[in-house]
Amino acid sequence: MGIEVLQYQFMQNAILAGLLAGITCAVIGVFVVTMHLSFIGVCIAHAAFAGALLGLWLGFNPLLGALLFSLVGAAVIGPMADRGELNPDTSIGIVFSLMLGLAFLFMGLMPGARGEALSLFWGSILTVTGQHLIFLAITTAVIVGLLVVFYKEIQAVICHRDVAVAVGIPATVVFYGLLFATGVTITASLQSIGGLLIYSLILNPAAAAYQLTYSLKRMLLIASVFGIISCWAGLAVSYVLDTPSGASIVITSSIIFGLATLFSPKRKVKQWRQVQPAG
Amino acid sequence: MDDTVIRIEDAAVSYREDVALRGVSLEVRRGEFVGIIGPNGAGKTTLLTVLNGLGKLVHGRAWVLGGSVNGRNTINLRKRIGYVAQVQNIDPRLPINVRETVMAGCYGRLGLFRRPKTSQWQAVDNVLQMVGIAHLARRPIGHLSGGEYQKAAIARALIQQPEIFLLDEPTASIDPQAQREIMSLVQLIHKEYDMTTLLVTHDLKQLPSICNRLLLMKEGWIWGQGSPASMLREEVLSELYGSPMSVSTETTLRYS
Repeated sequence: MGIEVLQYQFMQNAILAGLLAGITCAVIGVFVVTMHLSFIGVCIAHAAFAGALLGLWLGFNPLLGALLFSLVGAAVIGPMADRGELNPDTSIGIVFSLMLGLAFLFMGLMPGARGEALSLFWGSILTVTGQHLIFLAITTAVIVGLLVVFYKEIQAVICHRDVAVAVGIPATVVFYGLLFATGVTITASLQSIGGLLIYSLILNPAAAAYQLTYSLKRMLLIASVFGIISCWAGLAVSYVLDTPSGASIVITSSIIFGLATLFSPKRKVKQWRQVQPAG
Repeated sequence: MDDTVIRIEDAAVSYREDVALRGVSLEVRRGEFVGIIGPNGAGKTTLLTVLNGLGKLVHGRAWVLGGSVNGRNTINLRKRIGYVAQVQNIDPRLPINVRETVMAGCYGRLGLFRRPKTSQWQAVDNVLQMVGIAHLARRPIGHLSGGEYQKAAIARALIQQPEIFLLDEPTASIDPQAQREIMSLVQLIHKEYDMTTLLVTHDLKQLPSICNRLLLMKEGWIWGQGSPASMLREEVLSELYGSPMSVSTETTLRYS
């Protein structure tokens, strides 16, 4: 990639979007991975996607639709998982398929060309506008700010939610706050990464960092670095090989996850434990 | 002077169609050590959760430390109650160590927007020393054995500086040596801090030496209560558990 490409506004926007989306998605991913909420996160991502398509169909801002749907999705999924009326996998699976169904329904009802709708599938970091960047920057600042302010409460909820409740921490508020933060992050990154791919950028950097450290603070830092590298390296690959940017970013993050798993010190501990005699 | 710290009147709790507690009434005085025994499904754990507001009453009322449970004040009440649950399954890769887990015990009292001070970390180290796991302070919490985990849970409850100590089968699923250590630790803490303690257990061997009073629970009722000597008798226990039991001279109980 020639250095001169960095002079273009669209590339500067893309680099900045990669930095912000990489950090925010990775931070949210740390909560999702450590609290075993992967399926809930996927479901919220698809809710955001359906909401964005509704916005496109009815002619209002797709980001507003994505935000509304992801927040409502979090508000519905949280209690379903909590109260255990059904097995959480079953209830979340039902909401997930409903959201996917709604997404395709809105797309089917949309008149005329569906180029903009299709771009929400895989996103395009190279077409990020100044308005999107501002939304993404505000989201990043709020998520990182809340993390710093409520770090000890979040850590206690990650460790054990019931115990956090028992010691007098408002754990339910923290838990729902994290679900809503997931929805907002997905909405803010939808344009650059795409509705079907965004979840990989949330999951992969955090899952890779999970393989490498036993410190939560270090995990947040490593995941953020992996998130940024995924975005920037994916962007470079996309530019050089002329491949879709969202897909390139997600594949890069998957490769990072694969390498982290391969060289994970935790994996070595596991292997060592497996050869120890029982008792 | 009324030194009652726990009062429950006609409490009932249900989980959908299943009734876990039926018309339970109970008073506990400050500094008392109450053992709670009974077969599985008797409502022992539910009784403890009513006291810290985790279990929701469908009938009756409960007061703890002068405040009504299930009211607006429940979250403040929890900060004054140490709760040790049964051994939990923790992900061995969880990036949180023992010291951090124990410190979480005082986060409720500390309140939002405040960070623990150096003196509080020192207090955590002292408590870890007391429960005998200071050498595990930096180990990931998911790497502890069942007995070590329960000691960490007791340390977490202690760092809370609670006025009431609730222990839910702290010796379940751990080896006999660790069981003895945990029970000795519970006894030591009760004596040292004169803390009101409620202990749910199936470990009948050590109860006489610890408890002031024993509650016998069955099918959601308090089926009987009294001194350990009056309750730990073959005919009483056989009827409670619905199976013949024998009591040895060493107060060791076993199914026969």
